[in-house]
Amino acid sequence: MISRHQIAFKNLLRKKARTFLTLVGIVLSSWVLVSLLGFNRGYEAALNRDIDNLGYQIMVMAKGCPYEAATMMLQGGAGLRYIEEDVAKGIESRPEVAGVTPILMQAFFDPNKGDGGGIAGYYGVDMQTFPAMKPFLRFRKGGWPQGSEAAEAVMGFEAAELEQREVGDSILVPEKNVELKVVGILERTGTQDDGTIFVPLKTLQQVAGLDKITTIGIKVKKDADIAKLEAALYQLPDMQVVSFSQVKQTIMKLIATARVMVLSIAVIALLIAMVGVVNTVLMSVMERRHEIGILKTMGAMPGDIFRLVWTETLLLCAGGGVVGIGLALAFARLSDLLVRRVLPYAPGGELVAIDLKLCALTLLIIVAVGLLSGVYPAWKAGRVRPLDAIRGGL
Amino acid sequence: MTPGADVILEARGLTRLYGRGSEQVQALKGVSLQIQRGDFISFTGPSGSGKTTLVNLLGCLDNPTAGQLDVAGRRIFGGGGPLGERDLTRIRREIFGYIFQNFYLIPTLTVAENVALPLAFYRKPGVEGEVDRLLTLLGMEHRRNHLPGQISGGEMQRVAIARALVNKPAVLLADEPTGSLDTQRTQEIGEILQNLSAQAGLTIVMVTHNPALAALGSRRIEMRDGQIQDT
Repeated sequence: MISRHQIAFKNLLRKKARTFLTLVGIVLSSWVLVSLLGFNRGYEAALNRDIDNLGYQIMVMAKGCPYEAATMMLQGGAGLRYIEEDVAKGIESRPEVAGVTPILMQAFFDPNKGDGGGIAGYYGVDMQTFPAMKPFLRFRKGGWPQGSEAAEAVMGFEAAELEQREVGDSILVPEKNVELKVVGILERTGTQDDGTIFVPLKTLQQVAGLDKITTIGIKVKKDADIAKLEAALYQLPDMQVVSFSQVKQTIMKLIATARVMVLSIAVIALLIAMVGVVNTVLMSVMERRHEIGILKTMGAMPGDIFRLVWTETLLLCAGGGVVGIGLALAFARLSDLLVRRVLPYAPGGELVAIDLKLCALTLLIIVAVGLLSGVYPAWKAGRVRPLDAIRGGL
Repeated sequence: MTPGADVILEARGLTRLYGRGSEQVQALKGVSLQIQRGDFISFTGPSGSGKTTLVNLLGCLDNPTAGQLDVAGRRIFGGGGPLGERDLTRIRREIFGYIFQNFYLIPTLTVAENVALPLAFYRKPGVEGEVDRLLTLLGMEHRRNHLPGQISGGEMQRVAIARALVNKPAVLLADEPTGSLDTQRTQEIGEILQNLSAQAGLTIVMVTHNPALAALGSRRIEMRDGQIQDT
């Protein structure tokens, strides 16, 4: 007629305010825990995805180049340092290398962009090697330019949105007054490619009046010794080597430090919730000692009472856990935005990745911690002697 | 039938000592008595006379310091060392039902759920339908879905009686069952107990200060200074 679970549930309803406050503690703890575990997983996956989406694992550029590029982006002045195209051929001949792609980065000041003008970034890419190195790039419309010297361009998703261009439209390269025909618009990738305009390498070299490149993208063979290749590349005079595995490691190290701190906070939150659960259930046991004594006169064994009190803890924790996880799922996007604001570097895509497996894991942790919290009160309740309880002691 | 086959409880020389600091208090001094099936026994006497201590021992809620107790022909105390809580629970749930001055109903359970509560822990064979039968018998059917806070004190004690009887005990132990009730409700509960004894053949062992309630029993035992004074 009435099950132990129903009795346990109705016991929790006796002191609604106390149960509610304990529940709030568990909800917040599970919310924080699942969001942090989701961030832990999501950030690494997003970073890996960003790096994989580059299509190459190593970039070689002229020494000082990144800083000058930054200056150029800020001020629209100063020229980049350049590399001879032959360097790319030398690197390609190494046994560890699966392929190379030469890139020319150019930025032109566009007085019509935004308020007071802005920088338009162009990537001169080799039509033979670049698309093959990034096979995951999908076109919303159109395709890559036909011919290595075609006056054609492919626009990243955001660049096309910003310029309001469609396939077949023309764009004018600022400062140079050269007209390019838009032949393709990419799908959104969540990476820097979204804001880039891709042009055949030779075409951009002609527009810029150069016969050099700024960067070489290197794709390494699957089982190759990357460290050995990097060591060899460092020997190239006046070249700077950027290894994305190193970049990734550095970022992950920084994130790991923050992660330890944040996980510590989550553990503390969990411990506080645990103390709250112990307190609530223990108080409830003390208040009900007479009734527990009566239950024992009715035939309840110490194990029955233990399970009853433990079930109350389980219901409390499972309920709080489910609500907390639900809130974490509902507000995952908000958490994502907040995390992005705080982090110095946030890769594209989903930063807080919460899936069913993670939800189940979190619920398991919360319930396990809750059950652990319930052991002492349940044990205490199980030991109540009916006569002592009826007389008023415990 | 062998002699004494109708004896449900038999105590011989039951003694209970309590330690109070360095002092020892003898709450019960070698009490012996027999209770037959279907008896309605009232224990009366002043506070501290040992009546509750005796009923607690008869109801296997406590171990005696010395003496023997047989329940339904089975030696419970006096055949070895003191019994553990599990053993006492096993005996209690087979033989006894208890009601107390405070009803100890669970406030968030309905009347029917409170009555059915013991069945969540232990269910004797053949108790199906007992909840409905007892609610009807005790005139509480119309209140079955009410919470304890919505019924009177007398009704709460009726619910407590139904709860005590749901597993069909052989003996009902009642410790001051009307201690919290007014005269009219006391009379009602007394009549209910009398009917249960007379019509259902239930053995009732009751402790009370109330002479009118005690008079309803088939036998009245007066306790004084831990001993039976008068029967």
